[in-house]
Amino acid sequence: MNTVLAIARKDLTIEWRTRTLLARVVPFALLVLVLFAVALDSEPLILRAAAGLVWLAMLFATMLLVQRSFDLETADSALDALLGFVSSSSKVFFGKALSLFVQLFSLAVVLVCAAVVLYGARVEGGGVVLLVTVLLTATVGLALVGTLYGVVVANMNGRDSLLPLLALPVLAPLLIGATRATEAAFGSDTIDVSNGWAWAALLAVYAVVFGSAGAAAFAPLAQGDS
Amino acid sequence: MTTGTAATRVLGVLAIITTAWVVVSAFFLTPADVVQGDSVRIMYAHVPTAWIAYLAFVTTAVASGFSLVRKHRTLGFDRVAGASAEVGVLFMAMTLITGSLWGRITWGTFWQWDPRLTTTLFLFVTYVGYLAIRRVDVDPVRRARRSSVIALLAVLEIPLVHFSVVLWRSLHQEASVLNTDGDVRLDGLMLFTLFSGVVAFTLMFVWLVMHRQRLTALSDLERVVGLDAAISARRAEGVSGIHAT
Amino acid sequence: MKDLGFILASWVMTLGSIGVLALVTLRRARELSSRVPDEHKPWV
Repeated sequence: MNTVLAIARKDLTIEWRTRTLLARVVPFALLVLVLFAVALDSEPLILRAAAGLVWLAMLFATMLLVQRSFDLETADSALDALLGFVSSSSKVFFGKALSLFVQLFSLAVVLVCAAVVLYGARVEGGGVVLLVTVLLTATVGLALVGTLYGVVVANMNGRDSLLPLLALPVLAPLLIGATRATEAAFGSDTIDVSNGWAWAALLAVYAVVFGSAGAAAFAPLAQGDS
Repeated sequence: MTTGTAATRVLGVLAIITTAWVVVSAFFLTPADVVQGDSVRIMYAHVPTAWIAYLAFVTTAVASGFSLVRKHRTLGFDRVAGASAEVGVLFMAMTLITGSLWGRITWGTFWQWDPRLTTTLFLFVTYVGYLAIRRVDVDPVRRARRSSVIALLAVLEIPLVHFSVVLWRSLHQEASVLNTDGDVRLDGLMLFTLFSGVVAFTLMFVWLVMHRQRLTALSDLERVVGLDAAISARRAEGVSGIHAT
Repeated sequence: MKDLGFILASWVMTLGSIGVLALVTLRRARELSSRVPDEHKPWV
């Protein structure tokens, strides 16, 4: 557990010093939200699409953050060195996923606030608890899948186009689930809060499945790079 | 000696004969369907390609599993997995195209966001990604390990995609072609044609996979053995040179 | 026959693309196998 925290802290320290998230990813994600609003050009339509747009922006931002996280490791084959020091490779996996989770969660909070301000989305009553749960479970899923496919394409030529091609279809259930649950939390007419909780449960299952798959798959994948 | 053997030649001939029979029967012998009309003739190509594409992806998953477990046969199983995925992606592309042509006739639109179509589309994109990854690694051992893991992750992904899409579109009505009390009534010859279609496309699948996995073996060998062969040819020249003197 | 164009297009595309893949495979196999000696081919 200490190893996991140490790896996460290492990544977050690097992140804090370089400020990639603040300087590039947050502005990019906000820009995506603004551009969607301009393209849709109709306030009721934007409000209906708000939840989906937030999660699409999250998906795109995840691709950027994952690439960043593994570019750090592939330089000077730091990943191999890291695996050499750590007793079990799944600790490296969870460490990197944890740091990604922290970054993605802060981004998600910013984007939901942006949706409230820009799109006029409203969160009231029981919606708040549901929204926080969805943000947590969906971001955990994003971080786990992102880390898993990040290591798949680490060290590969053309990894910046391969990562979305591989990871986005896998993230489709998460996009559907998170969007529907967030819609419920935003008080949409098409889905009520209790249905939103069912989707949140699916997101939790998703996170558990890919957490265990990632821990199991990380070892053979990381070996391939040595 | 190319990638053909007696087995592939027999398979090839059988595939051509059965395909010819399916085409003749689909166009001229079978009647138009009571409900679907002539568009049912697309089904004799659409349904078998769909089934064989799913069979191909199952083959890829099983071969990938063996490739990871059976250490001394890793490369052989991985080649089968790759060849099967290649053929599967082509068949699935044909499933999607013939399906949307059929949909244009029957529903009036090329595409509907129903669970089965959506899952199939995601499955297709997933294996396109798998093939893209296979092309990147040049080293066969590393390619085998990486692509096997991805193929197994795809097996995990597909039920989740399917389940979430079903929940997303819970309004969907099941309309299976083989559902005997559904709106499509298949008489004896129609069923037999559909069955022959499955046989014909299975034969094509097996033929293609055999050839293509040998092709992968050849291109892997070419880099390793090509060099080897050049050296041993040179050595043989040297030996015969010594004998001559 | 109604919608003959759509039905023909389905069949031509399906069988055509499989045929093209088969031809490409055979041609590439011929090209590569001339460069790899027979004793290295496990199926021979």
